[in-house]
Amino acid sequence: MLDYTTITVLTGALLLGLTAGSLGTFAVLRRQSLLGDALAHAALPGVVLAFIVTGSRSLGVLLAGALATSLLGALLLDRVVRRSRLKTDPSLGLVLSSFFAVGVVLLSYAQRQGGAGQAGLESFLFGQAAALLRSDLWITGGLTLFALGSLLLFWKEWKVATFDPAFAASIGLPVAWLEAALTALVAVAVVLGLQLVGIVLMASMLIAPAVAARQWVRTLESMTILAAAFGATAGVVGTYVSAQADGLATGPLIVLAMSAITAVSLLAAPHRGLLWRSLQRRIGRRDATPDRVLTAMQRLARDHHNPTYPSDLGMLEAGLGARCHRALAELEASGLVERTVHPPESTTHYRLTQAGAEHAGLEAS
Amino acid sequence: MTELLTGVAFSVVATGMLVGWSAAWLGTFLVLRSTAMITDAISHSILLGIVVTWWWSGQTSGPLLILGAALAGVATVFLSDALARTRLVKDDAAIGLVFPALFALGVLLINLLARDVHIDQHTVLLGEIGFVWLDVTTVAGVAVPTSLLWMAVVTLINGVVMMLLFKEFQLATFDPGLAAALGFAPAGLAALLTSLTSVTAVAAFDAVGVVLFLAFAIIPPAAAYLLTDRLWRMLLYATFMASVASVLGYVIAAAWDLNIAGSMAAVAAAQFLLAWLLSPQQGLLAQRLMRRRERDQHAQEAMAVHLCQHEDDPEAEVENVVGALRSHLGWRDATARRVVAQGLESGLVTRDGERLALTPLGRALAQRILGTPTGAR
Repeated sequence: MLDYTTITVLTGALLLGLTAGSLGTFAVLRRQSLLGDALAHAALPGVVLAFIVTGSRSLGVLLAGALATSLLGALLLDRVVRRSRLKTDPSLGLVLSSFFAVGVVLLSYAQRQGGAGQAGLESFLFGQAAALLRSDLWITGGLTLFALGSLLLFWKEWKVATFDPAFAASIGLPVAWLEAALTALVAVAVVLGLQLVGIVLMASMLIAPAVAARQWVRTLESMTILAAAFGATAGVVGTYVSAQADGLATGPLIVLAMSAITAVSLLAAPHRGLLWRSLQRRIGRRDATPDRVLTAMQRLARDHHNPTYPSDLGMLEAGLGARCHRALAELEASGLVERTVHPPESTTHYRLTQAGAEHAGLEAS
Repeated sequence: MTELLTGVAFSVVATGMLVGWSAAWLGTFLVLRSTAMITDAISHSILLGIVVTWWWSGQTSGPLLILGAALAGVATVFLSDALARTRLVKDDAAIGLVFPALFALGVLLINLLARDVHIDQHTVLLGEIGFVWLDVTTVAGVAVPTSLLWMAVVTLINGVVMMLLFKEFQLATFDPGLAAALGFAPAGLAALLTSLTSVTAVAAFDAVGVVLFLAFAIIPPAAAYLLTDRLWRMLLYATFMASVASVLGYVIAAAWDLNIAGSMAAVAAAQFLLAWLLSPQQGLLAQRLMRRRERDQHAQEAMAVHLCQHEDDPEAEVENVVGALRSHLGWRDATARRVVAQGLESGLVTRDGERLALTPLGRALAQRILGTPTGAR
């Protein structure tokens, strides 16, 4: 059912999803979401330079070049932010567009030099999953292993440096180095994605899994694992759909699959999701709060000069225009209200307990 | 005249320059407001707008396409803002979620609908300024490249809006609170800026491509920002640098047969590097010089204070010698020698063999630092 090429691409996409998802978690939490976008664009001159210098089209060579200029871009970004008055946002745009411009110029140079080899270079803009060879998987696998291994090895250090850099520095951790290493790992993830999703869409592979995972869970550990799982799922689904339908590019499909997962998470995740929250609000409007019910019962008791005036459930609900059984159950549990019967009526009635009445007396005074 | 306007070199450089001007004017405010990456998002999302407008109307150029594509750009900003407002996502992550999704959708629609039509993601991304002269429109009997014409219209609109609303933009950028209090509707101005950026990105894309539009919008203003504190000067410098980049970029590209728009943007990047290195106030060299001057000044002050405190001591023989500066102030040999030389030159100290003494000028400096009124000892 699945041919050789598809299995190769599926494996590559799975590995990319794992790496980008877990590293993206840190990038998003450190408010460096768009770092990946800048580093991906900074990879273009490296890819082309590697080809011009070596004349080789092998993925390992091109990715080594990509990693080199990506890291240079990261270094320059850091210098510009620290050593000029430009803030992070324009600096990102500056590095992104400058490196990309140089890459485009080099690309035109490589194309002029001709040779059959340069034909594939432009495919890095949007990725060309079908060109992934089985032997390339060794590189992809090696980079994945390196990135995830580093993450495991320095997990505690990076966790502290991400959430409380001041504390991390105070216990003697080299925070600047940890941050630089994390940025370098983001560059590794970006380079991994060049062949599959390409420069333009790489940002999404880092950001979307982390954002989606954050809606479901609260701890860094579970967020990282879930983000990796989401990334891998999107990679596999996108590749699979692209293999089934002829002529649909793999990269955009992976990104759209990831966007769909993110959209569902933003809408439906328990507690945080937009639909979930609006549902909660509606339930909140429909159910009266215990305070409202208690106040209503106290007013009834006062109006009837009977501290234990029995109120019918239906009457309370009609009076308040909201459902009361949840609130009454809560009040009953806290001992402010008790059930009673009020012959000849057969329905359950509620009245204030001693405590409930005293509560009322206190409130009144 | 006709030949001039359709001449390859002229039409290419003129198109590049108009893109550069428009982008520099808008970019000045985008850089100052730190919304440069929103521009990145806008310029990518217009692909979806182009595809959808083409699918709906069948047009591959013209005002309708510009409007439809610009609408997609505005929608991107609106979506990112709305997403950030839910507070489920930080604003930078919101940008990074929206534009790849829209761009991917655009590519997918091209895959599905437009296989035989000349719209593709490569053109949108990279543009092809070298071909602007292929498509000409006749205006008042003169044949003008269509891209150049549209770019001229858009540049005119940008120029007029900037001129009319200069004060408003200035205030909304530097003091949004005051702008709001005075009734200038900073949100409205931000939306106007977004719309102008979208329209300009769309008009520019088939000439320079969207990423290089981003380069024109960010690099010259960023370089200008390092050169001046005045808004109108920043606009002027950015316009000038964009013009130089267009001409020089074209010359370089023509000489070595390189991608023209890329070469223009690369020249702009080189301009930024120069400005960053050499700017009189903000430059790396100026920063280094200033740090050195401050360090020297501190050293002079430390020496003067040291000498002053031991001036009338019995230990003056041991303390106020060059060797003591090394051991007591922790200076290295070379440092001590340099500081003493500078002190002698600026007339703060005099030297007699190894022995150092303050001049009245040096004593005044030390006493100013120590807070002792002159002559109170």
